[in-house]
Order: sequence, then structure tokens, then C-alpha cells
Amino acid sequence: MSEQTYSSSEIQLVVFKLGREEYGVSILQVQEIKRITEITRVPHTPEYIKGVINLRGSVLPVIDLKKRLNLPAQVSTEDARIIIVKVKEISVGMIVDSVSEVMTLNQQSIDSPDVVAGSVSANYLSGVGKLENRLLILLNLETITGIGQEANPI
Amino acid sequence: MDINQYMGMFLEESREHLQNLNSCVLELENAPDNLSVLGEIFRSAHTIKGMSATMGFTTIAELTHEMENILDMLRKSQLQATPEIIDTIFKCVDTLEQLVESVATNSESSIDSKPLIDKLKALAKGESNQTIVIEAKIEKTAPACSNIEFSDTEIAVIKKAREQGMNAYELHIYLREGCLLKSARTYMVMNALDEIGEVIKTIPTVDELEKEKFDLSFQAIIVTGCDVDKIQQTVLSISEIDKVLAVPCVLPKKTTALQVEQQVVTTEVAKIIPATAAATVSSAVDKKNKGGQSVRVDIDKLDALLNLVGELVINKTRLEQIGLTHKLVDLVETIEQMDRVTTDLQSVVMKVRMVSVGQVFNRFPRMVRDLSHGLGKEINLIIQGEETELDRTVIDEIGDPLVHLLRNAIDHGIEMPEERQNNGKNPIGEVRLIARHEGNNVIIMVEDDGKGINPEIIKSIAVKKGLISQPEADKMDANEAVKMVFLPGFSTAEVVTDVSGRGVGMDAVKNKIESLGGMVDVETKINEGSKFKIRLPLTLAIIQALLVNVSDEIYAIPLGSIDSTINIKSSDIKTVQNKEVILLRGQIIPIVRLAHALNIPATEENQDELFIVIVHLGDLKAGIIVDNLIGQQEIVIKSLGKLLAGIKVIAGATILGNGQVALILDIASLIQ
Repeated sequence: MSEQTYSSSEIQLVVFKLGREEYGVSILQVQEIKRITEITRVPHTPEYIKGVINLRGSVLPVIDLKKRLNLPAQVSTEDARIIIVKVKEISVGMIVDSVSEVMTLNQQSIDSPDVVAGSVSANYLSGVGKLENRLLILLNLETITGIGQEANPI
Repeated sequence: MDINQYMGMFLEESREHLQNLNSCVLELENAPDNLSVLGEIFRSAHTIKGMSATMGFTTIAELTHEMENILDMLRKSQLQATPEIIDTIFKCVDTLEQLVESVATNSESSIDSKPLIDKLKALAKGESNQTIVIEAKIEKTAPACSNIEFSDTEIAVIKKAREQGMNAYELHIYLREGCLLKSARTYMVMNALDEIGEVIKTIPTVDELEKEKFDLSFQAIIVTGCDVDKIQQTVLSISEIDKVLAVPCVLPKKTTALQVEQQVVTTEVAKIIPATAAATVSSAVDKKNKGGQSVRVDIDKLDALLNLVGELVINKTRLEQIGLTHKLVDLVETIEQMDRVTTDLQSVVMKVRMVSVGQVFNRFPRMVRDLSHGLGKEINLIIQGEETELDRTVIDEIGDPLVHLLRNAIDHGIEMPEERQNNGKNPIGEVRLIARHEGNNVIIMVEDDGKGINPEIIKSIAVKKGLISQPEADKMDANEAVKMVFLPGFSTAEVVTDVSGRGVGMDAVKNKIESLGGMVDVETKINEGSKFKIRLPLTLAIIQALLVNVSDEIYAIPLGSIDSTINIKSSDIKTVQNKEVILLRGQIIPIVRLAHALNIPATEENQDELFIVIVHLGDLKAGIIVDNLIGQQEIVIKSLGKLLAGIKVIAGATILGNGQVALILDIASLIQ
């Protein structure tokens, strides 16, 4: 990281939208953000696996994040992006509706995901960030991708 | 010192030397008097000792040190290479392997080498009187001073000095115990000696002295006009020198070779070094030097290189397409040139990644020896074609299946010696491990001349285990029956032994080989033996494939598994027991609708004309219905990554000329 110093109580997030909700993942886990390219469907995979893409010569799986989080599907727009994240050395792409900004969030303003306990996808969240009048849903990439989980995700 | 940077080198070289030890000790077992082999063993052990001591792995160093003592005694014919000693050496090698591996995995080793060291020490002391006697005699003669051998030039220098009224002295210089900077002290001694005369030789050499490769004393030959007292004074003026002995040099009267002989006589060692010793040693040296020049390269770098070449091939294909779409003649011509270069480049890179199967094979003699000893069988392992080369990725994986096949051959195949004799066979069984090229494949065969596989027994076991029903068994021919050994959960051993027969095995072998894109087959004759034949592709990274279209998706089928492509009418498809088949040249071939197998939404209406790709897997054939054939292309196989690993029907992915990802079909799972 550059000259900027962060206090340990702050984290930097890449903020993106799914439908009307705002989500965030730690910037340290984000490798790059890409426009939607040709995605090859892979048969016999869970529905939320959209397929694979070619990222400069390597083949990466891409997750349809809305399907994974049980959000209603929409027609994707020009703003749709693939966020490529690295979880335990494995790169995975996630389709999002749009990427809005990078912001710094204080650890203290993060609530545990229990506030939404009971909902199907609570398992995939690591917390909820409060920011003035906005709410940021922080994702748990390990459960979302199924990487590093005991059970095979597929 | 940061030893981590040397760790990789240490591990690699240790493993190499251990492997070498293993094969040499085996050789020694067959020819206990072979001094050149002993020499080789000694050198390997010595290198390991040196390396491990430098790296601070004292356990390894200690064990090798004791081992070296024994080896040294063997070399000097003070000990006989009895089976007991050979076994102990083998155990040492095993323990060393474990120790090295525990270093590799960075785990605390719980291996106790103490009993082995004690055993080695006991062996070194010798259990028989004879060895002790010889030892004693050697000790008596050992302290004799003037055993120094002079080269011709040195002799000439000494003679000349004498003509000039000077004298040559042999100095024995002893450093004080606990002397810290031995090399510095010796340097000072040398300097002082140089002032009063000329040092013409040191034992050990000056190099070794600088590296402190000596205990507490060393010898030097000095030519000087001074007398003994002066020399002693000079040397003793340096601190930390314990004492100096100076004796006038005695020049040998005869050549050094004769001197050796004299020594042998004077030491009265019963066993005179065989006359052939010198010759065999030199041949061993020849063998060493034959290795040729090579460079050690990290395999990751090679993988990276292959990846880059793969990228290049992909981009070339992309350029080709641009040239074709825009009808750019110049570009197409240039690309043709480039095509040749990339093809060459590719084949060179592939060749660089090739490793000879010998690397896997050379651990088998030891294994076969141990197994056959354990089972009380006598077995001769014959290895052929170990220079055959395969891609490294295949080499890494092929070891386990081969171990399994060999164990089976030894445990189930070869009979006990008495039984063999009763059947009029050579009591010594024969297991052959053969590798050779065949077209674009490499064949590895494991053959034994044992009892063979009885199809009737196989059938009855399969029925008993509920793998097939009795009527099914009755219908089966011998060939089919024998192939059932590859079924999961099949084991024919009546007694489950340590060696094999736990019911996992042959199916694991088959799976492994198939995952490598290969095939395994078995031929057997009762009482004559069995032959397992493994067929492997030369490489796994870049293959020729047929691209096909289903709906709007593109899939690649490896050309290696394609028989032919045909064009049929949809009315040609018949059904047998609700399964779709076609009749091709009198053969009934089951068909697979790719769209169905891949969960592709059905295309609007049934086409009347269908494209079928006939694929084969071993003897099994099947037709795959596709919408369209696109063409043959060279593809670079990419893994789908850990997240998507293990998907049925898909073997991997590749990147097409337009940058799109296409999936490669796994024929084996598609057919079954």
C-alpha cells in the first residue's frame, strides 16, 4: 500500500449496487473490475455460477451475485461489471449491477449481520455498515464463493 | 546465515543422492565385491553428510557419519558386505529419506535414529574375530609417518634442493585443542614457513586447510636450508600451536603404484584389493562424467514458459482469424511463417518439460526387493525403456498406479518358488516393467510370468460380491470377466496382506490413468502370467481437438478420442431397450445427445440431418450428436480452477481465437 496510512479501525471498501441495495467488499480482496465480457456457461454447475470468462489467458469462474443472494433478476444495463476478487488465492468474478465508489468505513460503524438474522442470505454477510443515511451490506466472500468451506460448494 | 535459500537445493540434492544410494546398494547386494559401486555409495553418503552438517541437520549428519564408517570399512575390505550389513544400510537410507522429508515438510521429526546408529557402531566394531584382528593390525601400522605420496615434480624439487645443500622436512603440526580460527592459524604457519624456506606440499591441500577441512593436525613438506630446531622455533612462535614434529623427508624409491602394493603387504591385510579395483573405479568415473551438460531449472519457470507459449498460440489463432475475415493476404502469409515458428517453439518447450520415466522407475527395484523378501518369493525385476520420456505432469502422477500394479504382480501374480517349480517354471519369478513410444502415446507395461488371472474365479468373486448376477456371469466371455478387476471394490486376494488386496486398487489405478487421459488394459493367460498395459498421451498441455457446436455453445472434443465423424438421417437412430443406438458398419453404437448431456435447452425442432462424432474409449465406442462441426484446432488446455473442479462431462477449458472460453468434453464420463 502507498504512503497513505489507515488506522486499523478503518477499512476501505469497494461499493457496488445490486438492485437498489448497496454492498461492499474489502478493497484488499478486489483484484480488478471488468466490463461484462462473453461468459461461457458451464453445465452441471449450481445456478448461481454464471459460467467462466477469459481473463488474460486464464479461465475464471463467474458468480451471478444476485442469484446467489436470492435477489430478483433484472435486465443488466451498461453499468454492469464483473468484480474480480481473490479469496484464499483463488480468483473469482462476481457480476454486479454497477460499481459506485471506494470509501473508508470505521469499524465502529459496522453492525453484526445478526440484524438481518433469519433471512436466507444472512450466511453470506459479514456485517452491515452504517453511513449517515446509507446502509452498506458487507459480504462474506468465503461463504459466497464457497472457497475454504468444508463442504464442496458444488 | 540464512539457510532457507539453500533449502531447495539441499532437499533436491539429498533426494537425488538418496535415490542413487538406493540403487547402488541394490547393486552392491548383487555384487558385494564391486569396489566402484562402494565408492559411489561412499561418495553419495559423504555428500549428504557434508550438506546436512552445513545446513545444521545434525541427526542426518550423525547417521550418515556412522554409515560412512561402515562403508569405509567395506571399501577397505575390513568388513564383508553381509546381508545383515546391507539390510542395515538399506534401513539407514530409509531413515535418511524420512529425515530429509521431515525437513522438507518442516515438521518436527519424531524419527529416532539412535538404534540404527548403535547398530552401525556394533557392526563397525565387528562381531566376528576376524574383522577385529584386521582392524588391530591396521591401527598398528597407521601412525607410521612417511606415507606421503609425492608427485614427480615434487620429487624433482626435493632432489634439486638436496643438490643445493638444502633439505626437505616433513612437518607434523598440531594445533591446540579448542583453537577457534584454524584456518587463520594455518595461514600464519604457512607464512612463517615461507619466510625460512619453500612449502612444496601440504596434507590436506592448502584449499582444504583454508576451509578448515582437517582435524587438529596437518602436514607440510618444506624445503629449507634451516635445521630442525629453527623450523620448530619458527612454527611454535605462533600462538595456539601445540607441537611440531619435523622429520627429514624420505623419498620413495619406487613408483607410487608399487608403494601401494608394499603397504598392502606390510599391513598384512588378508584381503588384498582386487587387481581390477583401479579399472572399475575409473569406469565409474566415466559413468559420472557421461551425464552431459544440463541446467537445473525450477519447474514453475517451465510451467510459466509453457503458459506463455500457450498464450502465443491463442493470439496467433486470433491473428489468423483477423487475416481471414478481412482477407489480408500479407497478414495471412506472415502468420503462416509465424505458425511454423510457434509450432517449433511449442515442441521445444514440450521437449524441455519431458522427463524420462526412469525417474519413476528407479525406485522400483528397491521396492520389489523388499516386497519379494517379505513374501518369501524370488523375483527378478526387468526394466526396459526407462529413457522413454513423458511430460512432467504425467510423470508426477504415474508413480502410484505403477506401484499398485507392481505390488499386484508380486503379491498375486508370482507364485511361491515351490509352486513354480512344481509347475515346471523357473523358481525365480520375472516381473517386467517396460516403457516405449507408440505413435503419440507412451505405453507402459507391467508383465509378470505368474499364475495369471482365472476368469472363472473372477466371475465367482464378482457374483459373490454382488457386482454382477449369476446369469450375467454365465454370459460373459473370459476377456470381459478379467476386465472386472477394474471394478470398484474388487479384490481377489484370499488373504488380505500388507501388500495388497484391500479391495481398493485396480479401480483407483484405472481412474488415475483415465484422469491423465490414458487407458489401462489387461491381458492374461492362466499359468503364463498377466500383462497390464497403460497407454498415456505424450503431453497434456496442448492437444488437437475438434470444435463442435451445440445450440450456440462451442465445445472441444480431443482428437485422440475421435474415431470418425458421420452424417446420418434422424430416422437412422434405432432404440434398443429404450436406448438410442445407430448401426455403423455392422456395429451397434450407442449414441449420446450432447444437448441433453449438457443440459442445453432443446433446439427448436428436430433436424433431419444429424452430425455424429464417433468417439472411443478403449474398446468402448459411442456416437455424440452435435449440431454442427466447426473444425479441427490446436487447443491449450486450461484448468477450470479449484472452484469448478470435478464437474462431470467437462475435462477442462480452452481459449478460442476470439478470446471466448470453450469447454473441453470429458469423453470417458460422457460415454458411461
